[in-house]
Amino acid sequence: MSELTLKDVERIAHLARLQLTDEEKAAYLGQLTAVLDYAAVLNELDLEGVPPSPHAVAQQNIMRDDVIEPSLPIEDTLHNAPQQADNQFLIQSVLDE
Amino acid sequence: MTEYEPVIGLEIHAELMTNSKMFCGCKVVDSVEAEPNTAVCPVCLGMPGMLPVINRKAIEYAMRVALALNCTIQHHNIFARKNYFYPDLPKAYQITQYELPLGRQGWLDIDLESGESKRIRIRRVHMEEDTGKLTHLDGGGSLVDYNRSGVPLLEIVSEPDIRSGEEARAYAMKIRQILRYLGVNAGDLEKGVFRVEPNISLRPVGSGEFGNRTELKNLNSFKSLADGTAFEIARQTAVLNSGGQVIQETRGWHDTKRITFSQRVKEEAEDYRYFAEPDLPPLYIDDAWIERVRADLPELPEAKIGRYQAEYGLSAYDAGVLAEEKEVAGWFETAVAAGGAPKSLANWISNNLFQLMNESKQAITDIKVKPEMLAELVGMVKKQTINNNTAAAVLAEMFVSGETASSIVAAKGLAQISDEAALVDIIEQVLDANPDSVAAYLGGKEKLRGWFVGQVMKATRGKANPGLVNKLLVEALEEQE
Repeated sequence: MSELTLKDVERIAHLARLQLTDEEKAAYLGQLTAVLDYAAVLNELDLEGVPPSPHAVAQQNIMRDDVIEPSLPIEDTLHNAPQQADNQFLIQSVLDE
Repeated sequence: MTEYEPVIGLEIHAELMTNSKMFCGCKVVDSVEAEPNTAVCPVCLGMPGMLPVINRKAIEYAMRVALALNCTIQHHNIFARKNYFYPDLPKAYQITQYELPLGRQGWLDIDLESGESKRIRIRRVHMEEDTGKLTHLDGGGSLVDYNRSGVPLLEIVSEPDIRSGEEARAYAMKIRQILRYLGVNAGDLEKGVFRVEPNISLRPVGSGEFGNRTELKNLNSFKSLADGTAFEIARQTAVLNSGGQVIQETRGWHDTKRITFSQRVKEEAEDYRYFAEPDLPPLYIDDAWIERVRADLPELPEAKIGRYQAEYGLSAYDAGVLAEEKEVAGWFETAVAAGGAPKSLANWISNNLFQLMNESKQAITDIKVKPEMLAELVGMVKKQTINNNTAAAVLAEMFVSGETASSIVAAKGLAQISDEAALVDIIEQVLDANPDSVAAYLGGKEKLRGWFVGQVMKATRGKANPGLVNKLLVEALEEQE
């Protein structure tokens, strides 16, 4: 695996909409590298022919019937909204990036 | 000048008509008419710690579509998180399928205007959830309604096999027709429950490479789809012919100006950081489940059209008209089962009944005339109890009152006069009253025969058996000579 760079950290921060100082970037570069190194040990295994396992728990097909359950009262729904209008969440204008 | 070939693929998003949402028990409501934020709960509001649970019905609906579109159903299904920030997506990720879609490698044959048929390959059919709805305010700010958040959404992606706006329209209309037949989608483009987004690019004819593509949005009708696609093809052709480059971007369709405009330039590949949704265990669809769903599939339009021609002797056109909508087809079939002659029924439905429905803006499911009632009417015409003209008037009355044909005919004394003696009497009266016309007829103006028939029909208030009148009239006129 190629080395993680400061550029990668900046990209990840941008995707997460985080603004980082140079010191934070350096700190996270170290921490993220450590996380990747920790997982890199798996690369030593020979996994030829082993199917990917996206989940650790051996469960499947947990489903519900198509039955309507009560929704929240509107007061609860909007309870934490910083701003509201017409029973909707009011947010700052959205412009496409 | 280089000749270019359009290369078009369609992405279709269709909301599934389940009772409840994809991952929670909130009701699926009409997102245009329902009061905002009344069908939401912690799951579809993206509250921390809430767990999604798959709606079995939504999976079955998706399987129906995948099977109807000739897809291979994936046994192992994994849901994935597609991560991005937008206020209509409260979790900041959409649960979707990525590497392992539910259906793959399907196809659909579409009919072109030339009469030929063309196969469009379908790359994938997968399950996901819809987002909330934003309303932008004039003075700034936006309102968010999460009623639509978490509604089961099916994505159907075609291969880039489409070559024109007309083909795009034919393909999308056929997909919609199939979804409606399957009872999984209402097909309303205006309300956004069925959304079509073409990807359009051009390449020199004969080239195997793809050019830069634009993605077209805001298409709220099939006409907009055809026109918008045609506009994009013309615009890109002009750009390339003038030595320019097509920019990879999302473009909107302006419905009143009938043009496309740049919405968002994709400078870099979007990075959604897909990964397996840890909150949903894998979904395994076994063969038994697939076969159960397959066995429950209704007869689809193409099969119906074939059967109507083979079994009932209808023309391809009539069969197509009747099979266009599932409700009409069902109505027609009930009328046939009630004993009506299929060809006559087809004529009466596609002419008189459709006209009455159009005039009163009613759907076939709402009208007072029931299939059995039309079958009776058609039978009365066949037995010559009433003639065609009377039958049309009777049908119009049935349409308004909901009375049966036999009761209207009895109450109004409309039964056709096929009594020869009675008709001969009436014909004699008509001839006696019009000696000049008789003389003219005998003098060679044979066209007057139709006029005499008209007079007899008038005297019987339209009830005379026209064939019989014709025959008796000729005999009577010959006697005058």
